Amino acid sequence: MDDLIPDKSINIKGLVCPYTFVKAKLAIETMEVGQILEILLDYQEASNSIPKSMEAHGHKVLDVKKINDTDWVILVRKDRE
Amino acid sequence: MDFTDDQIKRYSRHIILPEVGGKGQAKIAKAKVFMIGAGGLGCPVGYYLAAAGVGTIAIVDDDVVELSNLQRQIAHSTKTLGMPKVESAKATFETLNPDVNVIPLKLRISKDNILDLIKDYDIVVDGSDNFPTRYLVNDACVLTGKPLVSGAILRFEGQVTTIIPGKGHCYRCLFEEMPPPGLVPSCQEAGVLGVLPGIIGGLQAMEVIKLIIGKGEPLSGKLLIYDALKTTFRTVKVPKNPDCPVCGMNPTITELADYDAQYCSI
Repeated sequence: MDDLIPDKSINIKGLVCPYTFVKAKLAIETMEVGQILEILLDYQEASNSIPKSMEAHGHKVLDVKKINDTDWVILVRKDRE
Repeated sequence: MDFTDDQIKRYSRHIILPEVGGKGQAKIAKAKVFMIGAGGLGCPVGYYLAAAGVGTIAIVDDDVVELSNLQRQIAHSTKTLGMPKVESAKATFETLNPDVNVIPLKLRISKDNILDLIKDYDIVVDGSDNFPTRYLVNDACVLTGKPLVSGAILRFEGQVTTIIPGKGHCYRCLFEEMPPPGLVPSCQEAGVLGVLPGIIGGLQAMEVIKLIIGKGEPLSGKLLIYDALKTTFRTVKVPKNPDCPVCGMNPTITELADYDAQYCSI
């Protein structure tokens, strides 16, 4: 998964639910189908809930990775308008 | 549309809905809704449309707030007694949500002003309390092709229907002519349980939002009837009448008239 190049990256560190997902959703809405969104976050619950909600909205979660003690990176491919 | 951080918070429960999202919320912000009446129905409809962030809400009503209104007209209060209802409602709605522009119109609509008043609006909401207005609003919306969300209440029963001119039925397909005044309950016979307009107005507001975001199925070609005493909702189909005098194949009503039959306003 390391070779995936995101089309857009957002940093939502410091945000908690539901604003983590709200921000991620607003970001992906502005993108084209097939493009990849990279989300950097530090709220543990959102590392589970964002992938779940993105899948429920019809997008493809490509990767969820804990990159250090506090942060996660999620890669989501926009699969529908 | 770029939302401020406050707007993202305010509308977050809309934005996370798949059917709304940021795009739907932007449509709501751009929408212009024209409301007939700032009474029992207009208060909850306007309250929820303002909360939802509808960008422009015009309200027409020529009454002032009276004590007997306050058992059901929730945008007004003891503090606004004597104030024009449209001003009282504007203050309430803009306090709830400063994003919303409320345009108060303290006047009576008539055949001479309605077309000009509604022409810049996307959707019309009828919360009027009398048949002449109801028919005038229907005919104006059919003639101009404006979607109309109509509500009515009496005692413990309410009705809601959504009129999409050219697609579904209109009010005259349902009730071709106004009932004779004697058949309409007089003031003494009428009454309304104060919660009822909250329910019917809530349904109207939901219909308006669905039309704005283009999701779901509006009550076009259908009439919803709520019986509060039995706690039942019935939806009946209302076919478009090909012989309807205003929206039929050969309409006889091609311009507006004022229907000034004497009704007791409830």
